[in-house]
Formats: sequence, C-alpha cells, structure tokens
Amino acid sequence: MAFTLPPLPYAYDALAPYMSKETLEFHHDKHHNAYVVAGNTLAGDGTKYAGKSIEDICKEAFAGKDQPVVNQIGQHYNHIHFWNWMKPNGGGKKLPGKLESLVTAYGGYDKLRTDFVQAGVTQFGSGWCWLVIDKDGKLATAKTPNGENPLMHGQKPILGCDVWEHSYYIDYRNLRPKYLEAFFDNLVNWEHVEKMMG
Amino acid sequence: MRKPSRRKVVAGGVGLLGNLLPPNVIAQVAAPAGPLKLAPLGYAFNALQPHIDAETMEIHYSRHHAAYVNNLNAALYDFPRVAAMPLEQMLARIAELPDGLKATVRNNGGGHANHTMFWQVMGTTGAQPSGDIAAAIKRDFGGLDKLRAEFDAAGTRLFGSGWVFVTVTAEGKLAITSRPNQDTPLMDGQRVLFGNDVWEHAYYVTYQNRRADYLKAWWNAIDWVKVSGRYAAAKSGALAI
Repeated sequence: MAFTLPPLPYAYDALAPYMSKETLEFHHDKHHNAYVVAGNTLAGDGTKYAGKSIEDICKEAFAGKDQPVVNQIGQHYNHIHFWNWMKPNGGGKKLPGKLESLVTAYGGYDKLRTDFVQAGVTQFGSGWCWLVIDKDGKLATAKTPNGENPLMHGQKPILGCDVWEHSYYIDYRNLRPKYLEAFFDNLVNWEHVEKMMG
Repeated sequence: MRKPSRRKVVAGGVGLLGNLLPPNVIAQVAAPAGPLKLAPLGYAFNALQPHIDAETMEIHYSRHHAAYVNNLNAALYDFPRVAAMPLEQMLARIAELPDGLKATVRNNGGGHANHTMFWQVMGTTGAQPSGDIAAAIKRDFGGLDKLRAEFDAAGTRLFGSGWVFVTVTAEGKLAITSRPNQDTPLMDGQRVLFGNDVWEHAYYVTYQNRRADYLKAWWNAIDWVKVSGRYAAAKSGALAI
C-alpha cells in the first residue's frame, strides 16, 4: 500500500503565533510530502518493505543500515505523529492521568521540560528530541539525528519535536531554545502523548 | 580574565550564547578572550543579494558563526595546550584530543573552519575561473558546467544539515565531497578549495525548502578571484583553513 500524506489535523493558522501558517504550509505540504514521495519509491509497492507496517519498516531499515529508507520513512513516521503531537491551546502542566505517574517518577514536570528542551538544544544539526518509554518501562528524554527515531533504538516514542531548522527558522530564526519552550508550553497535545503510550 | 559564570553559560548548549543575546550585544562579544577570532566578513551583509539576502548573512555570520567561535573558546579555556594548536591541526587530530573536547572541537571547531572558508570564497567580483584554476576544473571535471552539476547534485543528495566541498591536493587535484553537520575534510587532513553550506539556516529565509534553487544561485556569489588565490596557496602548501 502506498504511503500517503495525511491532512494536517487542524487549520494551517491554528498554531499561531507559536507556529505560523507559513511554517506549516512549507513543513507539511513541501517537506513532509517530499518524504512521502521518496518513501514510496524506496519502500512502497514492489520493494521488500511492501505490506509492512511503517513501524516495522523503520526498525528493519535501521537494523539493515538502509540509510535512504531510514531517512525518508523515518521522517514520514516522525511527521505523521508530529502534527498530532501539537494542537491549538496545547502544552501546560495538566497531564492525562496515565502520564502523570510516569512524570512524577521521572522527577516532575519541570525537570522533564528542562531535559526535553536541553535534548533539543544539544541535538547538533538536523534531528529530533523525544520523550520515550525505555526498555525498563521508564520515561526518558532522547535525541536522534536527521530522520532517525526511537523505534530504531528499541524505545517507544511518545512525544517528539522536530529540530530541523525548517521547523522553526521562519518563526524563530536561530533561536532554537525559544521554539522548544514554545512547543512544550503552548503546543503539546498531551492526549496524543497518552495515546502513544498504548 | 574570563569569569567562570560566563563560561558556564557559554558551555550550556550549542548556540546558546547566540540565542540569549540580542544582535547588538552579539557584535560586542563576537571576539571574546580566547584563541579563536571571528574575522571580519570583508563585505556588507547585503553585498550578495539577491542570491543570499542580507538578513540571512547577518544571522549566519553574527549568530551562527559567532556561536561556534564562542563555544569553542569557552571549551578551550581549560585546555591551553590544545588552544595553542592551529585550528586545522586541532581538526586533523580530534582523535588525540581529550574526550571532553572531541565533540566540541568537531562541531564548533568544524563550524568555525567551514564558515571562515565560506565567507572567504564569496564576494562580488563576478569573475569567472581563469588560468590555473580553470585548467584544473577542465582537467578534473570536464569544465565548470560539469563541476557545478556534480557539486549541486551532491548538495541535493545530502540528507539533513551539512556541507559540500571541493577539496584540493598539494598537486592541485580537485575532487567533490560532502560531509554531515560541521564536519570538514580538514578532519581527514585534506585541504578545502571551497565549499557551500547546505544547513537550512544558509538558505531558508529566501529559498525555504528549495535547496536545489539555492545551490544553483550560489554560483553567482562565489568569487573566483579568491578561489584562484586559495588554489595557488594549496599548491604552495600555504593553504590552512
């Protein structure tokens, strides 16, 4: 089955001023679409990945050092969830119950916010920062380069933020920390985070 | 003397200093105490328009490049023997550096070397390759058009942030190569004739997702007089960064 570009789950201007309409137009319609198009060529019908779930393709491509598929299908997976990890009037400290106990065990909301932002700031070059459930079932922060994601490293991603410059350069220029703070404080859709916990 | 409190802030994260300060403050601290300096750009921020816009040039030089210089100087403060090394040697010998310095030198030292070269090879003369460099381009690529096509293809293929380079040997042989992030052929002991930055910050304000258009337009900003000078320096063993 061919990969398709899912529609943005809200209006293009719904996340302003934290993420502008212009950013979402380029990011969704151009960048994400390019990953879908390239992904179909590399891992769509007629390839050895045909019929497999996107999660399995991510893991198999990474284990097999198939870098082009890691790049394009990794980014397709990352962006599918990125749109859903945000919502208008999102963010803040009011967490779904299932998540709350994990965050408490982690050391609290403030520590989680600080560590998440720091993971994003210190991801050198293009990539992502994450909240993951690690192999022991605990909450942890992580960062990955380019199109990689935690699935490829045996972790379960429950929140990710894109720190490729295309995600924030129109709105924040070089100020990546400001973008990450705005994402965490004003955009995060904690319900989708809870859903990703399974 | 550098104050410890400042060092802590600078070491806090890649680009963090640049991110915390407004532009007028950045200009004042662009060359803090430390072995590495941010050299003057050599032309106005708007000199390369319309190919590279003035805002991009200003942020790229005053924020991104300055942050690499500041981060590296801050890290080198505790390592005076490393700080005394020329940058190109520091980069060629990362494997021998203290573990605590390796990533900082790779990212920020690489960033400093790459950007220093980048500003140097651009300008406004509008000259085309001539003499030795034109002959070398013809010999090694079959002409400028073929060099450009191969170079731009390498830049388009590079996934994520990084650079495309033309390297030059002491014999004057040219080759195209690319590197991720702020890595540079200097880390392999090679010499760089010129290179183009394909981090999105180099082109997003004007070109957004159209990296290929930026790569094509960039040839209007390259200064072949300067590149010729670097070519001669490479052959005489004088080219460093």
